[in-house]
Amino acid sequence: MTVNAARELRDGQVCLVGVGPPNAAANLARRLHAPGCVLVYESGAIGAKPVSLPLSIGDDDLAATADELVSVPEMFGYWIGAGRIDVGFLGAAQIDRFANINTTVIGPYERPTVRLPGAGGAPEIAAAAKAVIVMLRHSRRAFVERLDFVTSVGRGVDPGVVTVITDLGVLRPGDDGELELTALHPGVEAEDVLAATGWPLRVRKPVARTEPPTELELTELRALRVRDPGE
Amino acid sequence: MTPDIVYDQLIGMGCAARLIFSYGGNPGVGSLHRFRDAVEHGWPRDLEVVEHSHAGLAKAYVAGASRLPFAVLRGYQGTDLPAQNTSVSSIECPFTGERLTAVRALNPDVAVIHAQQADRRGNVMLWGLSGVQKEAVLAAERAIVTVEELVDTLEPRPHAVVLPAWVLSAVAVVPGGAWPSYAAGYSVRDNAFYEAWDEISRDRERFTAWMRENVLERGA
Repeated sequence: MTVNAARELRDGQVCLVGVGPPNAAANLARRLHAPGCVLVYESGAIGAKPVSLPLSIGDDDLAATADELVSVPEMFGYWIGAGRIDVGFLGAAQIDRFANINTTVIGPYERPTVRLPGAGGAPEIAAAAKAVIVMLRHSRRAFVERLDFVTSVGRGVDPGVVTVITDLGVLRPGDDGELELTALHPGVEAEDVLAATGWPLRVRKPVARTEPPTELELTELRALRVRDPGE
Repeated sequence: MTPDIVYDQLIGMGCAARLIFSYGGNPGVGSLHRFRDAVEHGWPRDLEVVEHSHAGLAKAYVAGASRLPFAVLRGYQGTDLPAQNTSVSSIECPFTGERLTAVRALNPDVAVIHAQQADRRGNVMLWGLSGVQKEAVLAAERAIVTVEELVDTLEPRPHAVVLPAWVLSAVAVVPGGAWPSYAAGYSVRDNAFYEAWDEISRDRERFTAWMRENVLERGA
C-alpha cells in the first residue's frame, strides 16, 4: 500500500501528508524517484525534509528542516485553500462508491457507536488539492453502500483527481465518478476485492497487476522507520 | 483545533460541558478514549460537541482576533458538518455572487498557551510551528501564557511570534510546561507517554486512579 502510493508521486510535486502511511509513502518517494517532492504538513511546515518518519505533524524535525513555516490560518488560507497542493493524502474510516469519506462517526451523530477523531484538514484537502490519494485497508466495514456521515466530498467526476489505494489493490473513478477496481496487488484476485467491498464494485477490464515492492523500495522504507521501530 | 491529552483529562474528570474542536484524536497514536466515552456513553457526563474542520476553526479564531462577526471560506460544501453546527452557514459574495461558507467568530473567555520566552516586562516570544496560538490569544478576552524561560531581552528569531505584554493577562514561568508535547528548542515530544496514555485512558477505573495519583493528590 505504502510503496504503491509512493509510486504515484512525481518529482517536484507539492504533497500534503499527515502521519501514518501517507507520511511513509511521501518520504519514500523523496528517497527514490522524487527527491524534489515538496512535503507540506498542515501544522505549518512547507518543504520539510525529515530524515526519519515524524511521530506527529508537530515534530521538531519538520520545523527544523522546512523551507518555510507558516501559521495554521495561513496554511489553510494561502496554501491549501488557494489550491497550491498537487497531491493531498487522506485516510478514511468509511468510503463510498463516489469516494466520499467519513472520519466523523460510526452510527448516529448524537450518540455514535464509535466517535472518530473528526474532520481535521481533510475536507479542504479533498476539495482543493489537484489530486487526492485515499489510503485505507479494504474491508466491508470500510467500503460501505452508505456513509454514516459525509466528512469530505469525493471528486470522482473530475477526471484523474481521485486514486484509492488499499492493501488489496487500486481503485479509480470511471467517467460517471463511480469507483472501479483498476489494479490488483500480487496474490490478490478480483473476487477477494469484491468480497471486501460493501457494494457491487465495478471492475475495469483488463485489471492491471501492481509490481511487488523492489528490494530497494523495501530497504529505503525500513531506513525511514529506523528511529521508531514501534511504528 | 486538536484537543490533546489535557482535554481528554478534563473531559474524563467531568470538567467539560462543551468541546469546540476540529480533530479529536491522540496525535500520531489514535483515539482520545475519554472523549470517545463521553460522546458514546455520556460518561462521566454528556459532552456537547461543536465540530469544525481545521480550516473553519482557524478562520473562526482569525475573525475573533479581528473582532469581526464571522469569516468566509470555501470549505464544508457538500459535507454533513454544517447541519450539525449552528456556527457554520453560507453567504453570497456581493462582488461575484459565489456561494461561500461563513463561520461564526470564536472569542474564548480565556486562552492558555505555552511559549518559549518572556522578558521582564511580560512580552512573550514563541517560535517553531506556531499553529493558531497568536489568533487564539488575540481572540480571547483574557490570555495566560506559560513560558519555558524568563530572559532579559527577546532576541529576534526567524518565524517568531511576539505577543506584547499589553495583550496578555498573565505570564507564568513553567519549564517543561508543554509536556508531553514539545517546545521547539527546549523539549521534544514524549512519544512514549502519548502511547502510554492510550492504555491509561482506555479504562475508566485506570484513568481515575491515574488522575488521583498524578493530579488530585499531587497538589500544587
